[in-house]
Parts: sequence; structure tokens; C-alpha cells
Amino acid sequence: MSTATTQTPRSTLDARPEHSADNPLSVHAMTVAYHRKPVLWDVDYDAPPGSLVAIVGPNGAGKSTFIKACLGLIPAAAGTVEFWGKPYKNARAKIGYVPQRETVDWDFPVSALDVVCMGLYRKIGWFKPIRKAHKAAAMESLERMGLSEYANRQIAQLSGGQQQRVFLARALVQNADLYFMDEPFAGVDAATEAAIIEVLRELRSQGKTVIVVHHDLQTVPTYFDHAMLLNMRIVAAGPVSEVFTDENLNKTYGGRLTLLAEASEAVARAQQGQL
Amino acid sequence: MISNQIPDLIRELISFDLFPLTSAICVALSCGLIGNHLVLRKQSMMGDAISHAVLPGLVAAFLLSSSRSPVVMFLGAGASALITVALIELVKRLGRVEPGAAMGVVFSVMFALGVLMLEQASADHVDLDADCVLYGQLETLFFVAPNQWDQLLSIETLRAIPTQVTTLIGLTVLVLIFKLALHKELRIASFDPGLATTQGIHAGLITVLLMVMTAACAVASFEAVGSILVIAMLICPAATARLCTDRLSTQIKLSAVFAVSSAFIGYLLASFVPEMLGMPSSLNAAGMMSTVSGAMVAIAAAASPSHGLIAKSRRQRSLRRSIAIEDLIGTLYRASEMGITRSPTTTIELTMHIKDLNQVIQAAERQDLIINHGSQLELTKTGLATGAQLLRRHRLWEGYLVDEAGIRLDNVHDIAEQLEHLSTQEPVPDLQTDPQGKPVPPRMPPTL
Repeated sequence: MSTATTQTPRSTLDARPEHSADNPLSVHAMTVAYHRKPVLWDVDYDAPPGSLVAIVGPNGAGKSTFIKACLGLIPAAAGTVEFWGKPYKNARAKIGYVPQRETVDWDFPVSALDVVCMGLYRKIGWFKPIRKAHKAAAMESLERMGLSEYANRQIAQLSGGQQQRVFLARALVQNADLYFMDEPFAGVDAATEAAIIEVLRELRSQGKTVIVVHHDLQTVPTYFDHAMLLNMRIVAAGPVSEVFTDENLNKTYGGRLTLLAEASEAVARAQQGQL
Repeated sequence: MISNQIPDLIRELISFDLFPLTSAICVALSCGLIGNHLVLRKQSMMGDAISHAVLPGLVAAFLLSSSRSPVVMFLGAGASALITVALIELVKRLGRVEPGAAMGVVFSVMFALGVLMLEQASADHVDLDADCVLYGQLETLFFVAPNQWDQLLSIETLRAIPTQVTTLIGLTVLVLIFKLALHKELRIASFDPGLATTQGIHAGLITVLLMVMTAACAVASFEAVGSILVIAMLICPAATARLCTDRLSTQIKLSAVFAVSSAFIGYLLASFVPEMLGMPSSLNAAGMMSTVSGAMVAIAAAASPSHGLIAKSRRQRSLRRSIAIEDLIGTLYRASEMGITRSPTTTIELTMHIKDLNQVIQAAERQDLIINHGSQLELTKTGLATGAQLLRRHRLWEGYLVDEAGIRLDNVHDIAEQLEHLSTQEPVPDLQTDPQGKPVPPRMPPTL
């Protein structure tokens, strides 16, 4: 199960990974195009249960697109996506999503608590009002992210890191089994980064899977156990210790990356630490 | 015994003012409520576009069916709206212009086309005219009130109510139901469409519903009040309310209050004030209401306690004052380091460029930071402690700027002079002396 799959170039379908109904996410032959330009090409991916997965790749590699296409927010030109062997619409309640922080208008007149409550709207249902029990659950989630004193603040009055933690709290309150997070570490302070990684580990210890778009190659080996190296196609996917190699990173970033050497050093350090 | 006769004054009010006022309030309330989400989505322009672009559809529907039934009008308007959306898309793609410009091009052309069609129609002696498109015919919504109280609620009287009025009342009820039932769905779809969709609330569907409701407001209001009031009410009350609060539910309630009151005040100003001033005729009510709603935005922009210009400049002034006080304390503290406990006010006046020095001194005195001995100033115990912390920050920043940021020593003082006023955490590392060897005062326990 823990073998790395290097998938390009690939000639036959036999080389594709086994899809299993145990896996929280199975993507098969996904292709996404904007107008006529492909953004993702023939992506096959299986996320193992109970793991923290980093999606890395250069800008424009299709990382956010991959997440959005999995969630049906943008249409895929081809391919299938299954969650625990079921289509998205039968698994929606078990899937949480943390979009990029910049995708929303933080001047919007809502409080942190209001935003966290939005994570419960599926549970509450159409037309029905938000009840005290829902607010209590949202409050608990805010507390877990260390934000209880900011519950009634308008979201514009929070710092960038606090806003990101509000987003995390909103995802937590959903109590999903699979989370997609689009750059949760982008532009946050050290305290927030520590808080987020703690939550990620807690989720993993509960057997949940978190798929995270991540930019900081150096922290990949310490934060994540699986990685998916993406640049329109999947360059490599599997346990970090196996796929996070110089060769794969070079292929992913086209050799343009000066950080590569540092990243592989970080891998080496992490591996030494494990031994 | 109470007479069954309706007094003349009340009869006149019912005949001439009740329905125009009711219609105006209905338009204000429904457009004002819907407008909240347009303003929050930064799509106010959409309301503008829709309310203009439905005109050719309305005229075409009227010419084809020669009926003014709301259903026919709505069908025509709907067709018009669809064509508009398609054209906007087309212009955006082919014309390579930004979305706002594409919208502007299409809706103004559609509106102009509508006006031309209207002129053609009125040439054929059809009862529609171009003026009423802009300003409506609120004043013509009179009905003949009966003489007797008990006839007021009779079937015949109710039948005589103009259809525009009943349509508008229906619209208002519809909007209220829409807003109450879908408050939470509208909120999430406006704030975070992606999350809404993953939560099973299809954001695209909500957007379409919102646009349909906007179009409904525009169509139902058109004949009675004209497009100017529709646009004003879609934007102004919501914009006013947004300036007054940071809570969506409060914003919506306030927008309703602002919308209704601008309709009411506008009506009063237009119909009664000119008469009182001895002007020959009353003013256009829809125009006056729009003006009042615009004035409300202006007042809120100036005077809102949180976002208003006055509040902002007051906050800025108080910040400037507290920085001036800190600068004064810093200077006095530096003097006290050299053993000068009392500094002459004139020296400070000459060496520091503090505006309104006397007021700054008085404010510092009120805060128990200094003692004013007439021509000399002395720091109190609190003043000394404050000064020490200020100089600590200043010298730590200087150390940081020289050691860590690599800035030349002769340039750091001015930068540190600004950074010392920030209430962020202290720069690291914790130094004993600044780059010039001056001592860094120790950190105070945070008891003050």
C-alpha cells in the first residue's frame, strides 16, 4: 500500500493504482480544462485513510483546481471522483472544505461565530433557523482554535491568522471525515501555524484524512505523511519519505526552484530523525 | 352617536394620499430589502442594469397583448432580462471590455430602445409615456373614497383600488417571505459561494433567485414609481445601513427603516411642503424620495459612529494627540536622564514642533503624566514610568534596525521615532544598551 506511484509517462491503464472503497478519495482519470487549455491532465489519485496529504507544485500547477474539481465546484471534462467508493452527492456530509482565505470578502458584516455556524448549514437544513445548540457547537469549535473571546467580533477586525483559524473552526464544526484545505498556512503567524498543525494531527489521530495545498516545501516532511507532487499531471504520489526526492521535485518544478536543495535536506533530516 | 359621515379632510387624504404613499412604501421596503444583498455582493450595478433593461420587454409585452396585467408585463420583462444577460456576456467576450463596461453598454442601449418603442407606441395613442418610465405616476394613483365609513371596506371600494397598488402589496409580501425564509441561505451564498455549494445550498441557484426577485421589484414598481426610485431604493438604504453597523441582521432591519422613512419623508416634502411655501404645484414624489434616500447615504457617510468621516477624523485626531503626548513625555524623560527634572516650556516649544502645545500639555496633565509649574514642566511618577517604556521601545528598535536590518546608525533615529509609538510586541533581541551606548530602561511589569 505504501509504494510510491510515479505516473508519467504512462502507457497502459494497468499502471494505474488500485481504487479501493476504503479510501476516502479516489480520483480516476480526471481532466479539467479552462476553455481549451488543460489545467489537470489525466490525474489518478487515491488518498489513504487517516493521513495528512500535502499537495505541492508550482503556481498554476492545478492544485486548487484539483480540490475544486473533486468537490464539483468546477466541472471536470473527464474522469470520476469517488469518496469511500461513492459519488460526491452521497458523501457530501462527510466532506469538509476550507477555501483560500482571499476568496471571501472579509468586510462582510458577520461575526466570527456567524461564519463558524455556516459550517452547520447542511445539518440545519434549508429554511430552518440557527438554534442555540448549533451556536454552542460553533462556540466549542472556536474555543478549540483559541478564538472564544473573538466570537462576536466582526471578521474584518481579526488578524489574518485569526481569520484562517475561523475558517478552520468552521471546518471542524462540520465534523467531516475528509477535509480539503486550500493553502491554510498562507500568510499566517507562527502561533496560527502551530495551532493549525495541532488540529491536523488531532484529526489524523481520529482516523480522518486531510488533503492540504501547501507551499512551504521545507515543512512538508515534518507536517505531512503523504505528498502529491502535481504539475498538471501527477509527478509522484505516496508517502513523503518515498516521493519527496530531488528527482521528483525537479520534475515538478522544472528545475526552477532554488529551494529544492533545502527541501531535500529537510527530508534527509526528517528521515534521520526517524531512524 | 358617532356620525357615519367621513370628514372631508380624511376623505381627501384617503383619496389622494393613501395609495401613492402605500405604493411608495411598498417599493421602498421591497427594493430596500433586496438591495442589501446586491450591495454586499458588490453587484449594485446589477440592480441598475436590470431595472433599466426590462423596459423594452415591458413595452413589447404591452404592445403585443394590449393588456397591463402583471403576468404579461412580467413575462415581457423576463424575456428582456434574459436577452440582457446574454448580450452582456457577448459584449464581454467579443468587445474585450471589463464586466462593468459591458453591463453599462447593454443596459443603456436596452433602455434607449425601450424609450424609442414607447414614443412609437404613444404616437399610436397608446396610453404609455416616456416620462413615467423615469419618475412614475405616483400622483395618479388616486381613487374616489366613499362618503360613509361603512362603505370603506365594501367589495366595490376594494375593487376600485388600482392594480398597481395591489401588485406592489403582493410584491412586498413576497419579498418579506423570501428574505425571512432564506436569510441564512442568502447570507452564506453572498459570503462564501464555494462553501454554500458544498453545504448543499447551491450558490448559483440563490444568485438566480436574487436576480429574479430584483427583476420582480423592478417590474412591479416600474409603472407606479419609475426607474429612478427603484434604483435609489435598491442601493441607498442598504448602503446607508452598511455604514451604520457591522451586523448583517441589524443592517437589514436598519435598511428597512431607512427605506420606509425616506419614502415617507420624501412624500411629505414633495406634496405638502411646496404648498406651505406657497409654491404653485407639488413636486414629483418619486424624485423627492430618491433625493432623500441619497441624502441619508451622505449623512451616514459623514456621521456614522463606526464608519463615518467625522468619527474617523476624531479617531485620527485623538491618535495624533496621544502621539504628541508621547513625544512630549519622551523629551522630558531624556532631559531627566541628564539630571534635568524640570524643563522650561519655552525650550520645548522651540525644540519640538508640536502643534497646539498648550493643549497637549493640558491633556498630559489631566492624564497625571506631568506637573505644570507654569513655565516649567516636570514628569510625575507615572510620567517617568511611561517615558521609560517609550525610550525602551525607541532604543530597542534602534538596536534592531542597526543590528538586524543593517541600517546605518545616523538613519535609524527617525525610523525608531515612528516605531516607538506602535503597540506591537518588542523587537528582539532584548538589549541592555542602544547602538549609541545609551541604556535601555528595563521592562515594566504590566501593572499599569
